[in-house]
Amino acid sequence: MLQALLTLLLCQFLGEIAANALALPLPGPVIGLLLLLVLLIARGGPDEPMRAASQRLLQYLSLLFVPAGVGVITQLDVLGRNWLAVALSILVSTALGVVVTGWVMARLSRPR
Amino acid sequence: MSVGLGHLWVYLETTPLLGLVGTLAAYVFAEALSRRLGHPALANPTLIAILLLVLFLLVTRTAYATYFQGAQYVHFLLGPATVALAVPMHANLAQIRRSAAALLPALLAGSLVAAGSAMLIARALGAPARVVLSLVAKSVTTPIAMGIAERIGGQPSLAAVFVLITGLTAAVLVGPLLRALGIRDWRAVGLAAGTAGHGLATARVLLLSETAGAFGGLAIGLNGVLTALFAPLLIRLLAWLPAWPLGG
Repeated sequence: MLQALLTLLLCQFLGEIAANALALPLPGPVIGLLLLLVLLIARGGPDEPMRAASQRLLQYLSLLFVPAGVGVITQLDVLGRNWLAVALSILVSTALGVVVTGWVMARLSRPR
Repeated sequence: MSVGLGHLWVYLETTPLLGLVGTLAAYVFAEALSRRLGHPALANPTLIAILLLVLFLLVTRTAYATYFQGAQYVHFLLGPATVALAVPMHANLAQIRRSAAALLPALLAGSLVAAGSAMLIARALGAPARVVLSLVAKSVTTPIAMGIAERIGGQPSLAAVFVLITGLTAAVLVGPLLRALGIRDWRAVGLAAGTAGHGLATARVLLLSETAGAFGGLAIGLNGVLTALFAPLLIRLLAWLPAWPLGG
């Protein structure tokens, strides 16, 4: 378990270093994700502690967004001035995203 | 507030326990409430917990920085949790390879349309750069979305809230919209849910079909990485349009 946690943190650490040193457009943790993915492919899959550690972390993923979400309190003035633009943008773009993805996928998939 | 309570409050504000206990308590309560209501899409525990804590901070006039002293211990785990997303992605690799010919074009098209139209609409309606750039990753799973927003000059907290609202919107829209278009292939329904509405919409379609859930799951990780890659290019591309550049 400890080793799996260390692997996760090391991947993130290397990802942050790469993002900053090479000025990559990708966020550090996403580079860390890709590093771990390469590692998992090389090893033929996660060992049991890694499986358990990642499952435990991801199980609480929706709790982990809360502190950042509360940060919206510092943005209430911006949101108040732009709520209509934000609401319309999210509603229309989400509907378009659903329709385009679903339509292209249904068109290109072989029926089974 | 009496003098005694006032003293107690001054003490509590200096310890990280306040933010930590508050975050966990609000989330546990929100989850219990959502369960009691039968998990409707709009009673999302994360959203309820955020609203409760925002209200609490406003009422007690507590600064966000004070709250974050404690909440940062929860927030820190987002980094390793993002890395951990590689494990479910690895489990899906075989499925991704098998349907790559349909999956990758659909994902790319849907992802670009969702991110591009969100920026264009917000910009056309006069939203400032901070808001527009926080909307780019709104269809991406929260930990990746916040990283993207930070990287391209958006605001991670705004991004987190936009992501939540997008997920709830997609969860409500995906079924009726695709049914109206006559799309009944569960692979398409799942991929659309995961691409446009990350984990929240995927959880919704998982109730209808396991195939849909599996395709939603692969879309979440792929779309996160894909959007992180194309977001800077998309912004540069849109900068050529009139009524741009992002000055405001």
